[in-house]
Amino acid sequence: MPEETFLSDDFLRQIMAAGQVDILVGVPTLNNRDTIQQIVSAVRVGLVKYFPRERAALVNLDGGSTDGTPDLVKGATAPDFRSFLAADPLRTMHTLTTSYSSIRGKGGALQAILAAADLLRARACALVYPDMESITPEWIDALIRPIYREEFDLVAPVYQRHKFDGLLINHVLSPLIAAAYGCEIEEPMGGQFAFSGRLATHYLSQDAWQQDLMRFAPEIWMTATALAGDFRLCQAFLGPKLHSAKSSGTGLASTIQQVVGALFSCLEMHESYWASYQGTWTAPVFGFVYDVDLPPLRVNRKRGLSTFQKGVEELSSVLEPVLSPSTLQQIREVAKLPEVHFSDELWVKTVYEFAGAFHRSVINRDHLLQALTPLYLGRIDSFLTENYKSSAAQAREKIKQLRGRYVSLKPYLIERWKAKV
Amino acid sequence: MIDFIVKSLTQTLHTFSEMVARFLPQLLALLIIVVVGWITAWLLKVILRRVLPLVRFNSLFDAAGFTQLLAKAALPTPSELLARLVFWALWLIFILFGLAALQIAPLQEELSRLFSLLPQLFVALVILFVGLLIANFVSRATLLAAVNADSPSPRLVSAMVRFVIVTLAGTMALERVGLGRGVILVAFSAFFGAIMLGLALAFGLGGRDLARRIMERHFLEKKEEDQGISHL
Repeated sequence: MPEETFLSDDFLRQIMAAGQVDILVGVPTLNNRDTIQQIVSAVRVGLVKYFPRERAALVNLDGGSTDGTPDLVKGATAPDFRSFLAADPLRTMHTLTTSYSSIRGKGGALQAILAAADLLRARACALVYPDMESITPEWIDALIRPIYREEFDLVAPVYQRHKFDGLLINHVLSPLIAAAYGCEIEEPMGGQFAFSGRLATHYLSQDAWQQDLMRFAPEIWMTATALAGDFRLCQAFLGPKLHSAKSSGTGLASTIQQVVGALFSCLEMHESYWASYQGTWTAPVFGFVYDVDLPPLRVNRKRGLSTFQKGVEELSSVLEPVLSPSTLQQIREVAKLPEVHFSDELWVKTVYEFAGAFHRSVINRDHLLQALTPLYLGRIDSFLTENYKSSAAQAREKIKQLRGRYVSLKPYLIERWKAKV
Repeated sequence: MIDFIVKSLTQTLHTFSEMVARFLPQLLALLIIVVVGWITAWLLKVILRRVLPLVRFNSLFDAAGFTQLLAKAALPTPSELLARLVFWALWLIFILFGLAALQIAPLQEELSRLFSLLPQLFVALVILFVGLLIANFVSRATLLAAVNADSPSPRLVSAMVRFVIVTLAGTMALERVGLGRGVILVAFSAFFGAIMLGLALAFGLGGRDLARRIMERHFLEKKEEDQGISHL
């Protein structure tokens, strides 16, 4: 089997000892000492509480932690289930641990988890990243149940977020996926996913594992590939999203380069699907949706505005081959104003022209994506200004309108994508 | 006396006629070689002009920004430039062969020196070409990084980076060809050393406060951003 070439002998022995499972939960780690015990406890309690009769396994893939994270996973004692349940669990939960090469990034961990799911013939799998402080056992039920009981293939998370949180997702990733692939999904790279065994096998059979996008943003690829393969997709409400204090250390320009680059690469892979797809549908949301008061966010507008204005002025030589003359001229006019108003239509056209330029490689792709950063900051500054006093519901409505604009301008995306120059 | 003058003149005329008679075929050979060379070079130029766009030759240079660089310098596209370079290089070779056919000894010596220089000239042009590509790429990366980091004067920093790389490539190219080898190296070393010393003094003494403000802004504001919005 192809999986054997990158799985270690020790891991294969653990898999063979486990035999077959119904549910697999994968937890990739890299120096997550502070949160891993809570994650492991939440997963164990969730599986025992909501899937007591199912055979389950927790698979920890470690990318070379130096803070003892794998030892904490191996040595984690089972929580006192009696405080959560009426009785002891019926089944033994297997815990499998192995390492992956951190050079391969998230994609390396994901491929190993998918391979384990395939070998263990798991019906449902979940992927839980350990940087979330707000995880509860109910997340396991919310993610796995639609796969296990309702026969969906991919479950993406929905979080309650501050109106100014996740701006790159709301202004680029989610609406572009809605326009191109026809599916309205709030968190295309939400961090916690669940997928069926058959979708895992489909992922493993794809040829994308050595590409750069798999190192940094495999979740985007997972969502896009599932949509392009006509798999059944839904969403699960998980509650508030609270990250741990540990920062990823990646700057905004690198984040845009990795994440937006991954999405543009997916558009290239699935061009035959999305170029002819028409219409949109909303992935159904499972779970009880509620609102809680979220802590306020501190927003630094000054630097973003300065970077936008300076970027438009200094990056003419980079932006001219990428953007159409009319779009570039409009952006220049917007940048001159003291109060930036970056309209939905202008922003959508900007993103689509960047996508087309990426496809044609008019300049080095990394440089092209980095040049998007100041324009994104201009768009964000405009959004922050216009919605500073809005409620969360009003801000969500604006995002919905933006998504509508992306969808209505899809013919322009196709035109820019197929342009010769 | 008159007979002697007439005889000398006749002999001189006869010698001159023989020289011309010997030279004319060689001149004719030169002209034929030059004309054939022009036709061959022109045909090759026409073929390259047709073939290179078909294999999307220009797109290889678009991503590196070389096409833009050429456009800014009012030069033709990479495919047109290559076609013209091939034309002139091939025709020049034919002209040199034609000159060799004249069999004039001092000329032959200079020609053989020129031929021995051609490989070095080719390598020097390659060094210069690669240097320009690298300069363009690195200067653009510097510009983008400086803009996204909200650094002051990003275009100045980018231009300086380009200047340093182009100067280095030019020096290496000239050194390869052997033109004023010692002078070029000494001049480059002195110039580069002076620039670095000047920058160190300017930044170290005059830019101390600015450096502190930039570092404070970078590290403190980054910490503030970490506690602010998450873009993902």
